[in-house]
Amino acid sequence: MASDASPVRPPPRWRRWRADQQSEGYLFLLPSLAGFFLFVLIPVVAALVLSLYEWSLLSPGEYVGLTNYLNLFRRDPTFFKALGNTLYFTVTIVPLQLAAGLAVALALNQAIKGLAVYRLIYFMPVVTTIVAGALVFQWIFNKDFGILSAAIWRINELTGIPIQPPDWLTDPAWARPAVVILTLWKNVGFTMVIYLAGLQAIPVELYDAAEVDGATNWRRLLYITLPMISPTTFFLMVIQMIGAFQLFDEAFVMTRGGPAQATTTIVYYVYVNAFEYRRFGMASTVAWVLFAFIFAFTFLQNRLQHRWVHYETEDGR
Amino acid sequence: MAVEPLATDRAGSNRHLRRRIGHIALHAALLVGAFFMVMPFLWMVSTSLKVPKEIFKYPPIWIPTEIAWANYRDTLTALPFDRFYLNSAIVSVSSTLIQVLAAALAAFAFARLRFKGRNPLFLLYLATLMIPFQVTMIPNFILISRVLDWYNTYQALIFPTSFSAFSVFLLRQFFAGLPMELDEAARMDGASTLRIWWQIILPLSGPALAALSIFSFLGSWNSFLWPLVVTTSNEMRTIPVGLSAFQGEYNTAWNLLMAGSVIALVPVLAVYMVGQNWFQRGITLSGMGGR
Repeated sequence: MASDASPVRPPPRWRRWRADQQSEGYLFLLPSLAGFFLFVLIPVVAALVLSLYEWSLLSPGEYVGLTNYLNLFRRDPTFFKALGNTLYFTVTIVPLQLAAGLAVALALNQAIKGLAVYRLIYFMPVVTTIVAGALVFQWIFNKDFGILSAAIWRINELTGIPIQPPDWLTDPAWARPAVVILTLWKNVGFTMVIYLAGLQAIPVELYDAAEVDGATNWRRLLYITLPMISPTTFFLMVIQMIGAFQLFDEAFVMTRGGPAQATTTIVYYVYVNAFEYRRFGMASTVAWVLFAFIFAFTFLQNRLQHRWVHYETEDGR
Repeated sequence: MAVEPLATDRAGSNRHLRRRIGHIALHAALLVGAFFMVMPFLWMVSTSLKVPKEIFKYPPIWIPTEIAWANYRDTLTALPFDRFYLNSAIVSVSSTLIQVLAAALAAFAFARLRFKGRNPLFLLYLATLMIPFQVTMIPNFILISRVLDWYNTYQALIFPTSFSAFSVFLLRQFFAGLPMELDEAARMDGASTLRIWWQIILPLSGPALAALSIFSFLGSWNSFLWPLVVTTSNEMRTIPVGLSAFQGEYNTAWNLLMAGSVIALVPVLAVYMVGQNWFQRGITLSGMGGR
């Protein structure tokens, strides 16, 4: 790895102290390793074991083999609903998030006045506690008195266009878009900031050369900017996707997984199984299935990246 | 950017004009977006200062006719927000300290010491990067409530979330980028490994350590699911969980709920306003995995 890239030369004598580093290495690792084993590694394995049990914390657990998995895929409509909702959120949130973040970053990258103020504002929701954000959006989306409904009624009155505000949070068809809007509001600042960093790393000479060649803005975007920031796009896509797969807070606070389970995500279903139904085995099963999905999607994206991600150097950095 | 007069003056001024129009359009678009970003905050503050009859009014009013400061008093007496603050502060500060300290030690070992099993162990860390927290949540809950008997305590809020492979990975990448000659020279001068870590590597890693600290602190401060699961009383609730419990009790008292949200947000936003560059750099650096 990168650290060993120092020039080749015979190891100096004092490097034989390396033997000492054997125990020192573990001493330095100890605090992290202890916590890592206790709270990460052992629990991961324990979750896998638990997923093979039926256990409500009260009675001693009962080993049921793969029954939880089979039940989940064969006769659990809620699970499929949760899976569908999670996929819905993933395929809506990820592209919207990337497109909006990139658009704002591109606009801000134009040596524009007030850059600092815009950045401050767009990033504000990122540091906001999601519970407070979800609460205010629940109020904004309120069917009768929310500001959004009022705005739509107003448009109706002023223009005569017969549009009516939807029952955002009580209509299963509209609750999911409402969650998407909240998530977008919350996270656009994040993709924006990362994209800005990516844009600023593009060498100016590339644009100068394009200018000499008489390339239009549009062509410059298409043939320089987008390929040059494709590593950033790839990175954001992977982590936004993982984030979308784990959507919970928004759905818990704003809609409690409803209406009619329209916003019940996989993580929400893990929560419900464990802490409402007290089915700890089943909850672990759902969590492991979630992990499998995240793993599969990340793996897939990694395999597909050579088709569209442009790296400057051989080692991809 | 200066506009050079290329062919004719006319072409130059034309280009200048187009650039100006472009900039105005850009500002217009950015302002619309900024309005969408800020509107929820303004609506939150506006509602938090309304008397009940003005909340349910059509068309809605942005500036309350009578400012109901009492909402804040009522919210603060309805819920122990001071306690939530204290809890959030204790949990976030300790969790960040543990996270950064443990990661800095481990990352140093992985990046700059040689010992048997180093690479397999590091691979083990890397392998867990993709595991979502929800997988470990249930065994951790059982560990906390059944084995360690930590349910509804600070330890339960702090420890299980303080050891992420990500923070070790982030710092390792940074440490590995520092020249190896530094350690070698210090060793020749007789410095101990601990001293190299403390007096050479850490001082050179300010940006990475700051980034990780901000990232962990924000994550911990805003964390919701885990504190929701391991706390049961107001004495132990953090701000997000306390606010969520408040929602359960006052679900249509929008003025109070919004007052609570404002109270929950003011300190974070104030700190953010002061140090926005640090926040954004921290998030960018950690977000990019230290690149």
